[in-house]
Amino acid sequence: MPTCFATSDSESCISLARDKAPNCLTKSTISLRQFLRLSKVVGILLLAVTSLMSLGCQSRVASTDEIVIGHFGSITGSEATFGISTDRGIQLAIEEVNAAGGVNGKKVRLITYDDKGDPREAGSAVTRLVTRDQVTAVLGEVASGLSLAAAPICQENGVPMISPSSTNPKVTQVGDMIYRVCFIDPFQGSVCAKFARENEKIKATKAAILCDQTAPYSVGLQEEFEKAFIAGGGTIVSKQAYQAGDQDFSAQLTSIRASEPEVIFIPGYYTDVGNIALQAKKLGLKVPMLGGDGWDSAKLGQIAGDALNGCYYSNHYSHEDPSPRVQNFIKLYQGKYQETPDGLAALGYDAARILFSAMKTAPSLGGKDIAAELAKTTGFEGVTGVISMDANRNPVKPAVILEMKDGTPRYVATIAPGE
Amino acid sequence: MADFLQTLMTALAIGSLYALIALGYTMVYGVLKFINFAHSDIVVLGAWLSYSFAIRALPLVGLDAHNPATPPPIWMTAGIFVAVLALCSLAGFLIERLAYRPLRRAPRLNVLITAIGVSLLLQNVGQLDFVFGASPQKMPALLPNWELLRIPFGQGESIRYVVLPLIDCIIFAVSGLLMLALELLIFRSKFGTALRAVSFNTDFAALMGIPVDRAISLTFMLGSALAGAAGFLYVLKFPSMNQPAHSVWVLLGLKAFVAAVVGGIGNVRGAVLGGFIIAFVEQFGAYYISSNYRDVYVFSLLILILLIKPTGLLGSPVREKV
Repeated sequence: MPTCFATSDSESCISLARDKAPNCLTKSTISLRQFLRLSKVVGILLLAVTSLMSLGCQSRVASTDEIVIGHFGSITGSEATFGISTDRGIQLAIEEVNAAGGVNGKKVRLITYDDKGDPREAGSAVTRLVTRDQVTAVLGEVASGLSLAAAPICQENGVPMISPSSTNPKVTQVGDMIYRVCFIDPFQGSVCAKFARENEKIKATKAAILCDQTAPYSVGLQEEFEKAFIAGGGTIVSKQAYQAGDQDFSAQLTSIRASEPEVIFIPGYYTDVGNIALQAKKLGLKVPMLGGDGWDSAKLGQIAGDALNGCYYSNHYSHEDPSPRVQNFIKLYQGKYQETPDGLAALGYDAARILFSAMKTAPSLGGKDIAAELAKTTGFEGVTGVISMDANRNPVKPAVILEMKDGTPRYVATIAPGE
Repeated sequence: MADFLQTLMTALAIGSLYALIALGYTMVYGVLKFINFAHSDIVVLGAWLSYSFAIRALPLVGLDAHNPATPPPIWMTAGIFVAVLALCSLAGFLIERLAYRPLRRAPRLNVLITAIGVSLLLQNVGQLDFVFGASPQKMPALLPNWELLRIPFGQGESIRYVVLPLIDCIIFAVSGLLMLALELLIFRSKFGTALRAVSFNTDFAALMGIPVDRAISLTFMLGSALAGAAGFLYVLKFPSMNQPAHSVWVLLGLKAFVAAVVGGIGNVRGAVLGGFIIAFVEQFGAYYISSNYRDVYVFSLLILILLIKPTGLLGSPVREKV
């Protein structure tokens, strides 16, 4: 017999059992209470989710009398002026089309997400646009690296995407849903090389290249420039690289200075170019610098000031172009935003307008139908030139060369493809 | 010759900055034996505070805040510098007090994870609109844009100049003075003795009546003040500033960390030596070999040092106690 059940200890035994019993009871009641509370929480959550879903359905139902299009761009970040300008251009086009009665009687609404110039953010922004917001089409990005991050998502989901200003050829190679309204790097690179070789003021035979090795845009432009410059009879005397965001370019610039070039090709974005120009001036580098449309920002002049005097870049349009199409757009833009539009604003405007014109003629607003209509675009009169899509969904159009003078770009020349 | 000298000057200026940042890493490691990954964010804080103060202070003396025609009076520049140092050391104090002190007895790994967390928090708070924002800015010039030296080399067409700008001299002088002051503080003052005692053995130091918590707080404040100074000097040299969460800042911190490891982490003189070595390897590698791999040189050097002398150049070997 265990000692516990000895008569002398029986009372304590009973009290022990009694102590235990209520313990068990309270435990079970607590868990029951917890269960009730839990089920309540779960119920509320379920209710919330279902009501949210039904809300979502409602908004989708409501969206039959409006067309939602999405834009992702770097509204903040190192290339913030790109995203802001593009967004303003798009909004101007939307205002215009809505004022004229919308697309086939439906108003157009824009959803803009900020990708901070980060490819991962661009991916999630576009995923949100196509899955949650169920947009009809996507506009964006300026930077080729970000468009390349977003394009596969649009392609997979069957949503047409028009990049206003990604010039890297790979962007539209992603698939038949991806279009653009700007010229591509092979053309831009060859324009720059041709200009460097033939312009009266430069007439360079020796060129140095300083390229951002982290940006597909910059690397692509560098390759094309090199090819065209060598084919034109020139030599590349120095090839240097940096990474977007670098602050210190003295090693590269000292090295370029030692190679004695007659022109320096810098296919970068404006924040870095501004830095490079300032440091080049300090080192006493006086040869002209040349770049692509990544230079196109009012901030470039603010950062570099007169350090960029006598430097050139290729761009999509010049605000000094006297044609009424361009001047009309500038007047509209200045009326709304009180500033002169840059090339990216013009491309954003063109991208949105070409999308609306495709929507107007498409048999339905399905992704496939709009894309098919976009492919048929011929002779569309945009602010940045006449746009006709080729078989690779790229427009063929001329580029302009601008010269920096005390912080403002001035028109120098227009170079058409095939010249 | 001209290019060699020019590269040398740049390497000296950038080396001073790396050294200033590396000191913070090495001091915290010396005392607490963990790597404060939030240290590079103090550099960013210093840089962006300099900018915020400058654009508010310049209009007071009638200058255009974003593009002053002339630099502000020297007392204003000095005032901004002192204010940045003070606020950065306050930030260092708060980080230690709120994030690390509660974990004083926790496993080392927890503290390391917290450090990464603090770093991410600071980065993301920094790029909020009402803090510093996520757009790059241009730091207004706080110093005259003088060239102290312009030595010509060669003649005629191929003439080249070695340029020594004022800012490089200032970086060299200010960081030199700060390092000297730190050296005196650590090896010639009572506080320095206490610090070295804490770094030798925290528990024994506490038993000997040394206020350990206060010593650790002061370490963080000193390290953060140096980081703030580095941030201030950095944006004066490179006025186009990236947004606070840009990966370039992280890379800057990583290179300074590598400098501390190369010199021997925990060793103050080693951190300075490491800073200069890293800058030389980076600059001369970029000039003589190729600029495509400038980060590769730095991190290869790290691997090399870890293979040959894992304690770093000036570090002493740690004996395992059985």
